[in-house]
Amino acid sequence: MIYKETGQYKSSYKSDHAIFPLLQDKIAFSILMFVAFLIIPFVINSYWEKAILVPFLIFSLAAIGLNILTGYCGQVSLGTGGFMAVGAFSTYKIMTSFPDMNIMIIVLISGLITAAVGILFGLPSLRIKGFYLAVATLASQFFLVWLFNKVPWFYNYSDTGQITVSERTMFSVPVTGATAPPYATYLFCLVLVVLLSFAAKNLIRSKIGRSWMAIRDMDIAAEIIGVPPLKTKLSAFAISSFYIGVAGALYFAVFLGAIEVTESFDIMTISFPVLFMIIIGGLGSMLGSFLGAAFIVTLPIGLKFLMVDMVGLSAVTAKHFEITIWGLLMIVFLIVEPHGLARLWSIAKEKLRRWPFPY
Amino acid sequence: MSLEDLKKIPYGKTAIELKNISLAFGGVKALTDVSFEVKKGEVFAIIGPNGAGKSSMLNVINGFYKPTSGTINFAGTDRNEMEPELAAKSGIARTFQNIALFKGMSTLDNLMTGRLLKQKQNFLMQALYLGPVAKEEEEHRERVERVIDFLDLQSIRRTPVGSLPYGLQKRVELGRALAMEPEILLLDEPMAGMNVEEKQDMSRFVLTVNNELKTTIVLIEHDMGVVMDISDRIVVLDYGKKIGSGLPKEIRNNKAVIDAYLGVSDD
Repeated sequence: MIYKETGQYKSSYKSDHAIFPLLQDKIAFSILMFVAFLIIPFVINSYWEKAILVPFLIFSLAAIGLNILTGYCGQVSLGTGGFMAVGAFSTYKIMTSFPDMNIMIIVLISGLITAAVGILFGLPSLRIKGFYLAVATLASQFFLVWLFNKVPWFYNYSDTGQITVSERTMFSVPVTGATAPPYATYLFCLVLVVLLSFAAKNLIRSKIGRSWMAIRDMDIAAEIIGVPPLKTKLSAFAISSFYIGVAGALYFAVFLGAIEVTESFDIMTISFPVLFMIIIGGLGSMLGSFLGAAFIVTLPIGLKFLMVDMVGLSAVTAKHFEITIWGLLMIVFLIVEPHGLARLWSIAKEKLRRWPFPY
Repeated sequence: MSLEDLKKIPYGKTAIELKNISLAFGGVKALTDVSFEVKKGEVFAIIGPNGAGKSSMLNVINGFYKPTSGTINFAGTDRNEMEPELAAKSGIARTFQNIALFKGMSTLDNLMTGRLLKQKQNFLMQALYLGPVAKEEEEHRERVERVIDFLDLQSIRRTPVGSLPYGLQKRVELGRALAMEPEILLLDEPMAGMNVEEKQDMSRFVLTVNNELKTTIVLIEHDMGVVMDISDRIVVLDYGKKIGSGLPKEIRNNKAVIDAYLGVSDD
């Protein structure tokens, strides 16, 4: 009875096809946006920025990217770390080559460069699928990280091999570099995430999204109704890589500030966690991308709080436990709810629809 | 060859002509020297015992298999082989013997995929979902809603097709093909595994499509009652060879056909 959709009649196809067709969803989303844009920026501190909100936003973007490719188009990829590295290094190179360019434009161009690289590594997908494609994308992960390590041009011949961000401003407030205030980095990421999420949702509910899902569900039938397989798969690779590239750019420029490629874009630190995000969040679900990112970002913090602050374990012991618990949770999740948090949410909505009647 | 060429052909004249089509997979000969023509606006049936090469024949027509030899004359143009995308663009739609729906998508989305070729907006416009994209979506939604009305699918509009019963899935698949607004509809055993009532419904849908929309129908079916009732002309295949063709009543009395179906006694 709480989440009631009866009485909400749609009189046009347009309103029926809206992103939030239900009044309750519209209200919930408006409240969320109000809090995100008008309350959090005033109360945010450095801890919330660095530990939770900014990584959540950046990984949401990466998860949306991977979800487009894997969840909607059905092409498994383990190359997320490599593609994020492309975004990060593009940002660095553009930043150092064009000192006056706006950071927003730099980030978007980095996304486009990553899209081009994504198309290149998507080419094998016409011939191979499933696990085999996963292995092929794994190769891209290792190749790209190796490339950024071995070719000094990418890190401007610095001795350490590290790349470091320089200060850039939006509306004369620094958003990158050490002096950037928490609200500025947060808002910068938030604006990008909100805009790109709407763009992704629009793609998914239009022609291109249906082509992706057709290829995912049955590529032979898709071909028969006139969906060109190569073009469609490559478009998924391109758009997915664009999102992951933007996430990589933000990860480097806004979040970390200084990175070393093998450490920051490793398969264990990026590729697998992002894949878990979309599996736990829900494959083929926009909401799932956010829920998965929130879950994976906050889980270590929650576990640390529980074990170190509440129980009193030493930090090292807690770290070991954390990895174990993490793995255990993955397994439990895959068995109990293979469709992820997004499915749990839709089950909850179903319950709310009927509550308090038990039928 | 194009959709326009096909549309120009008057009803009752040849739309597709298959000339001496042979298809082999290595040493296995699926089709040997098969020739027949499909006239525009008719219900044309391909029948034959299991493994006769009927489905292979459909796959050749819409370009999924490339024939080893022979030519396909489509709307007046000779070709050695078709391409699936080209076939779709030229107005050929089909359904599959073992349902090939997009199981993760709703009925509505499945039917909307039938409109993909007709949607022209590029992806940047789609990302921004500007006026023209929304308008285009609505236009195609309206077309799809007509198909939903026709096939009586209103109640399962939002249901993921993977969870639908078999008979309904078959109907959704027909719907997806109809949403393409094809000139030629290839149906691969549309009534397989159905009970009598479902078969009657399906036959009625097929005949209505043929009568009202003047869609040419090429049909593979095992139920002889249905085939004899609804088809205008029939071709019979056995072991990849054509053993007979003609009107239903001619086929019914064809010696070779009866032998193929019932077997020949030794004496």
